[in-house]
Amino acid sequence: MSEKDKEQLKKEAAEKARAAAQRKREEREKKKEKSNDSASEMPQTTEDVTSNQDLEKQKAAAAAKAKAAALAKKKAKEAEGTETEPTANQDLEKQKAIAIAKAKAAAAAKRKAKNANENGDSEKAKAIAAAKAKAAAAAKAKGKITQAKETEVSEPITPSPQQPILDRYLNIVKEHYKDDILEDSYINRMSKHVPTIVVKLEHYYSLALLFKQHSGLHFEFLSELHGTDFETYMEIYVHLYSFKNKQSVALKVKMDRENPRVDSIASIWPGANWPECEAYDLLGIQFTNHPDLHRIMLGEDWVGHPLRKDYEPYDVEV
Amino acid sequence: MIRTEEMLLNVGPQHPSTHGVFRLVIKIDGEMIIDAKPVIGYLHRGTEKIAENLQYTQIIPYTDRLDYLAAMTNNYVLCHAVETMMELEIPERAEYLRIITMELGRIASHLVWWGTYLLDLGATSPFLYAFREREMIINLLNEISGGRLTFNYMRVGGVKWDAPDGWIEKVKAFIPYMREQLAGYGDLVTGNEIFLNRVKGIGQYTKEEAMDYSLSGANLRCTGLAWDLRKNEPYSIYDRFSFEICTADTGDAWGRYQVRIQEIEQSLRILEQAVEQFPETGEVMGKVPKVIKPPKGETFVRIESPRGEIGCYIASEGKKEPYRLKFRRPSFYNLQILPKLLVGQNMANLIAILGAIDIVLGEVDG
Repeated sequence: MSEKDKEQLKKEAAEKARAAAQRKREEREKKKEKSNDSASEMPQTTEDVTSNQDLEKQKAAAAAKAKAAALAKKKAKEAEGTETEPTANQDLEKQKAIAIAKAKAAAAAKRKAKNANENGDSEKAKAIAAAKAKAAAAAKAKGKITQAKETEVSEPITPSPQQPILDRYLNIVKEHYKDDILEDSYINRMSKHVPTIVVKLEHYYSLALLFKQHSGLHFEFLSELHGTDFETYMEIYVHLYSFKNKQSVALKVKMDRENPRVDSIASIWPGANWPECEAYDLLGIQFTNHPDLHRIMLGEDWVGHPLRKDYEPYDVEV
Repeated sequence: MIRTEEMLLNVGPQHPSTHGVFRLVIKIDGEMIIDAKPVIGYLHRGTEKIAENLQYTQIIPYTDRLDYLAAMTNNYVLCHAVETMMELEIPERAEYLRIITMELGRIASHLVWWGTYLLDLGATSPFLYAFREREMIINLLNEISGGRLTFNYMRVGGVKWDAPDGWIEKVKAFIPYMREQLAGYGDLVTGNEIFLNRVKGIGQYTKEEAMDYSLSGANLRCTGLAWDLRKNEPYSIYDRFSFEICTADTGDAWGRYQVRIQEIEQSLRILEQAVEQFPETGEVMGKVPKVIKPPKGETFVRIESPRGEIGCYIASEGKKEPYRLKFRRPSFYNLQILPKLLVGQNMANLIAILGAIDIVLGEVDG
C-alpha cells in the first residue's frame, strides 16, 4: 500500500468516525428532548421508554392509579366517620367492621405515601405525617453530600483561609496588566482551597511567564498540566507550586472546542513538554511553539483523539 | 586514516534494563551519546478513558496497574481525591492501616529499585537480598489484602479488610529485622569503592533544573531540596509521626541512591510509631453513601508516592462516574529529563543514569 492510499484510508476512517459521533450526538439530543417533555408528569423516565405510545400508556396507568387512590380515600373517610360516631352498644360485629375499614384506610394512605402514620386521627393529619416522614426519609437518603451542600448554601460562607493569597495574586496581576485579562478567579474549596485563576486565551502565555518570574509569585514548579473536553469548550488545567513562598495556584485557560489552540508553556517550564504532548495526543489540543509536539502515547497513525467526549474508536479489522 | 561516523542505536522496548517496555533511540559517536529520544506508549492502556465509564470503586483496581511496585499509594490517591470532594471522615483504624500498608509498600518499592539498580550495574547478589526482604513485605500485604502485587485494598471511606489476628505483631517483628538487613546493605554496597566510582557524578543536575523539569521524589530531594508532601502538605495522619525528609546535595545517581536508602529507614520509623499507636478496636470503613457520587466540581490532590508526587484530578458532574479523571504520574514527569542527562555522556553510563531515575513503565504510559 502506498503512502497516498494510506492517507486516503486514514481520511476516510476519520470521516466515518466523525459521522458516527455526529449520529450519536443527535441521538443523545433527541433522547434529552423526550425526557424533558415527560419530566413534569413522570417521576423518572427509564431508558427504555422512548416511544410516545409507551408514554401515553404510562400516563393512563398513572391516572387510573390516582382514581383508585381517590376512591380508597373516600371509602376511608366514610369508615372513619362511622368510627367517630359515639357507639352505644359495644357490638363485636361492628368493631370488626370498623377495624376492617381502618385497615383499608391505612392501606390506601400507605399506597398514597409510603410512610403513612397509622396513629393519625383524621385523614389530614395522616397525610401531613406521611408527607413529613417522606421528606425525612428523602433527606436521609440524600445523605451527607446534600447536607454539606445545604449548609454551604444556607450558612453565610466563611471566607477561605486562602482568600488573602488569591487577593495578593490578583493585585500583582492588576499591577502588570492595564486591561482585565482574567475570565474568573475563585477559591476551589473542593480542591483543598486552591486559588484558581482562569485566564483569557490570548494572555495565557504571558501570565504564565509572570507567574514564574515575578518575585512575589515565583512558581518555579509545574506540578501538573492536562486538558479536559467539557463538550462546549476545551480546558487546560495547570497546577503550579512555589517552593519559595510555599503556595499553589491552579491556572486554567478555556479554548474553542472545534479548533483548540493554545501557546505552549514548555519554554517556561521544560516539565510541561510531555504533558502537552499527552494533551495533544488524547484531546487534539494544538500547542503553538512547542519544541516537539507528537503523539506521545498512541503513535502518529492513530485516528481520532480518545479523550474527546465524541470519540468513536476506529479499527481497520472491524 | 580512521573514518568516524554517527551510529543510530535502538535500546528496547524489550530489554531488561529498561524496566519495562521503554524504547530509547540514541545517536552515538564512538562511545559518546550525542542525541537521545525516548519513545513511550507501549503500555498505554487508556486508564483515564476507561475510568470515565466506571464507578469510583471500580476504578481502584485500575490504579493498582499504574505503579505496580507501589500499588497501595495509587489506591490511596484516588480514594483521597474522592474523599476530599465529599468531605468524608475516615475512621482512625482505617487511617492507620492505610499508613502501615503504604509505608510497607514504599519499602518494598525501594527494595526492588535497590536490587534491580545494582543488577543493572553488574552486581548480582544485592538483588537476591532485596527480593528476600521484599517477599516478606509482599506476604504481609497478601495476608491483609489477598493480593501480592495488585492489592485493590483501599476504598472510598476506609479500607476493605481489617487486619487479621496477629498481623500487627508480624509487622512489629519485621521492623527490627529490616533494620538489621539495611545495615547489611550498607556493608555490602554503600561503601563499596567500585560502586561509588560507578555512580558518583553520573546523571548530575542542579536544583533549578530539577524544579524546571518537574522532577519529584528522590529525584528532587537528591539536589538538596527538602520537599516531601508527607511533611510539607500532610495528608491522612502523617502529621502525627516524627520522621525526617531525606536529602542529598550532590544531585547525581549517588545522591538518589542515598536518599532512597535513607527513606527505607524513615519508613521503618513511621511504621514503628504507627503499630505502636494502632487503635485496639474500631471501624475500618467510614459512613459512606451506598452509591458514591461526589458533588459537581473538580479537585486535584497530590501525595508522596515512592517515585515522587502522584496526583489525581477529578472533574465530577455529580454522577456515579467521573466526568474526567487524570493521574499525575511521577514516573512520566521524571523521565522527561533523560535526554538532557544522556547527551554528552559515555555509552556505558546510559543504564546507570536511566536506572537511577527509578521509573515504572505502567505509570509512564498510564
